[in-house]
Amino acid sequence: MMEVCNCIEPQWPADELLMKYQYISDFFIAVAYFSIPLELIYFVKKSAVFPYRWVLVQFGAFIVLCGATHLINLWTFTTHSRTVALVMTTAKVLTAVVSCATALMLVHIIPDLLSVKTRELFLKNKAAELDREMGLIRTQEETGRHVRMLTHEIRSTLDRHTILKTTLVELGRTLALEECALWMPTRTGLELQLSYTLRQQHPVEYTVPIQLPVINQVFGTSRAVKISPNSPVARLRPVSGKYLLGEVVAVRVPLLHLSNFQINDWPELSTKRYALMVLMLPSDSARQWHVHEMELVEVVADQVAVALSHAAILEESMRARDLLMEQNVALDIARREAETAIRARNDFLAVMNHEMRTPMHAIIALSSLLQETELTPEQRLMVETVLKSSSLLATLMNDVLDLSRLEDGSLQLELGTFNLHTLFREVLSLIKPIAVVKKLPITLNLAPDLPEFVVGDEKRLMQIILNIVGNAVKFSKQGSISVTALVTKSDNRAPPDFFVVPTGSHFYLRVKVKDMGAGINPQDIPKLFTKFAQTQSLATRSSGGSGLGLAISKRFVNLMEGNIWIESDGVGKGCTAIFDVKLGISNESKQSGIPKVPANPQHANFAGLKVLVMDENGVSRMVTKGLLIHLGCEVTMVSSSEECLRVVSHEHKVVFMDVCTPGVENYQIALRIHEKFTKRHQRPLLVALTGNTDKSTKEKCMSFGLDGVLLKPVSLDNMRNVLSDLLEHRVLYEAM
Amino acid sequence: MNTVVAQLQRQFQDYLVSLYQQGFLDNQFTELRKLQDEGTPDFVAEVVSLFFDDCSKLINTMSRSLERPENVDFKQVDSGVHQLKGSSSSVGARRVKNVCISFKECCDVQNREGCLRCLQQVDYEYKMLKTKLQDLFNLEQRILQAGGMIPQVNIS
Repeated sequence: MMEVCNCIEPQWPADELLMKYQYISDFFIAVAYFSIPLELIYFVKKSAVFPYRWVLVQFGAFIVLCGATHLINLWTFTTHSRTVALVMTTAKVLTAVVSCATALMLVHIIPDLLSVKTRELFLKNKAAELDREMGLIRTQEETGRHVRMLTHEIRSTLDRHTILKTTLVELGRTLALEECALWMPTRTGLELQLSYTLRQQHPVEYTVPIQLPVINQVFGTSRAVKISPNSPVARLRPVSGKYLLGEVVAVRVPLLHLSNFQINDWPELSTKRYALMVLMLPSDSARQWHVHEMELVEVVADQVAVALSHAAILEESMRARDLLMEQNVALDIARREAETAIRARNDFLAVMNHEMRTPMHAIIALSSLLQETELTPEQRLMVETVLKSSSLLATLMNDVLDLSRLEDGSLQLELGTFNLHTLFREVLSLIKPIAVVKKLPITLNLAPDLPEFVVGDEKRLMQIILNIVGNAVKFSKQGSISVTALVTKSDNRAPPDFFVVPTGSHFYLRVKVKDMGAGINPQDIPKLFTKFAQTQSLATRSSGGSGLGLAISKRFVNLMEGNIWIESDGVGKGCTAIFDVKLGISNESKQSGIPKVPANPQHANFAGLKVLVMDENGVSRMVTKGLLIHLGCEVTMVSSSEECLRVVSHEHKVVFMDVCTPGVENYQIALRIHEKFTKRHQRPLLVALTGNTDKSTKEKCMSFGLDGVLLKPVSLDNMRNVLSDLLEHRVLYEAM
Repeated sequence: MNTVVAQLQRQFQDYLVSLYQQGFLDNQFTELRKLQDEGTPDFVAEVVSLFFDDCSKLINTMSRSLERPENVDFKQVDSGVHQLKGSSSSVGARRVKNVCISFKECCDVQNREGCLRCLQQVDYEYKMLKTKLQDLFNLEQRILQAGGMIPQVNIS
């Protein structure tokens, strides 16, 4: 029997060498196949990121099986049993399955793995980009910081030079400039002058004309403009040879004017004045102007413009304030000078008043006396002339002095009650002689409702009427003169259409003086009331006068709250002078003021009037008592203030007290009496008897509550009038 | 009889006018005379005699004050002068009043010599006036006794 072994015969002849090589290769392959998964496991364990672990497992299995296959192959080179062959076959089958599965799996996996790689690349790019952007933002933030710092530096001062210098310095530092310069327009505006530079301490002052194209280009836009380093504005230093000049940028700086600023509004850039700022990068560096740097420059230029205008405003206001202070000082000096001048004039007037009037009065008085004596006709004529001239002179002096007092405003009207009708008649009787001589009939018309007794300044009203009527007579050669007086309520120039009953206590008196004389040219009318002016056509040497009359009359009329004006139809047609003055109506039906001796010396109204007389001087006490007894009063006498206070009672209607004893304050009595009698109607009237009635004494009396002041020695008439006034009005305004 | 009265009256008038003209009297005296009427026939005489008494008293006081040169009380002298001035102006004693004015000035500057001089003058003046007025009153009495009336004299 042949031994049948379950051995498998190899297919090929057992070539010893080839077989050996195959044996070795298979062995190494197996080793490699077993080690690869180990390595994979090791490294996968190390890294945490690998996503496809089960793929690895699969792959590992595949490789292990391949390795196993190859390993088992080693046994097939020699005769091997069937089991080996079986194992081999199984291994191979498994390997085939796994490897197919793996292959199928890889079809899915590998694109994924590839895409991971592309994502990685993408992310790297992104990171690089972000880095770049970060760099940019940082630069910008730096720039912003620089601008803020620059602005702060610039705006922290209000001095123009500091502002500009600081600008250049800070810009130079921020941007690391080589040179920085500012060109300002000259006063004429036709040139730009190099005003400030950064590096050079004493810039050579030279100018360029403003109409250069490069300058126009820069001024034309609000942006920073790159200009050529060779342009005249950029040639700030002598060119030192072969170096490559750095890039130059120029920007305009608007010089805003005060008038550009409107409240709550942005300034209008209507100004055409710009300054030029030129910035040069360091030469021979490869630096270029970046956009953000140019933006920085623009912003700075704007800030500088605002800072400059603020400085300008401040300068302006300081200058205005200095000017005002100067003016104030000057005005003060002028005012003081004016005051001094007025005082000097018043002093002068006061002196002249007295000094001039005294000799004047002497001349007039003595001339009048001389007239009374026996004179030859020639002498008489001479004396009359002297009298007339001196009267005129006296009137002139009075007029001038009056006028200056009027202009000062220091003249006050002396009000009193008087008879208006009588006043007119007096005026007329004064003027009649002259009018008769000149054959000019004068008529007087008094309106029926013209009050008879009025309150006003009698003397001055007479002066006004005399002046006007006198002028009418003076300047008329023929015709008649009519004087009309009526009441008018309104003070406008239209004549009243109806007679208004004067209500209240005042009325306006209107006086019209019409003449048919020379008339006045309407153009000359305004001049009439000016001082010292006389129209040529009217002035004749024979009509004297100073030309002051009308001016003074106008002032008086104004003081009386009235109006005066002249109407004329022309030369030769006569004229009408009209004036209104305000007068008070007196509610007394009887005359008061000018005392007349009454027929009956004994007075019923004083009968039994209880009075108290206090006087330390026995003689004057007795005289006063006699006076009062004569008037019918019942007199009690006391000789001291204590006695007076003791004796005084509400029965006494008047207390006369002597206050001129020196060293004793009798005024206190007045206060004590006031205290004693609180009800006004019970208190007796208090009158002071004193030796002088100057203003201070009167004021003193008033301040102590006295009702009146009397000058000693008192005459009978005086006392009578005083008593009647006192009892009627309860107070005495004037008593002398 | 009438002619005697008329003569006396004329004498009286002339005398009175001369007193005014010589400056012894002024307006105030006229006023005083106005106050005299049937109710008070002796008013002027009373006032005037009171005045003269006052004068002598004041002059005595003042001369005592001015006696010792080292101890002059000018205050008292001043008040005396003031009184005298007031009285003299109340009766119309013009000359006396004028002397009082100068007297006061001397007193203000404390001039003893001046004061003494003024005092002497005042004394002289008031005594003179007293004599004159005495004569006047005598004339008045004679007129009244003769049955006439005291004429009203207008002094302009």
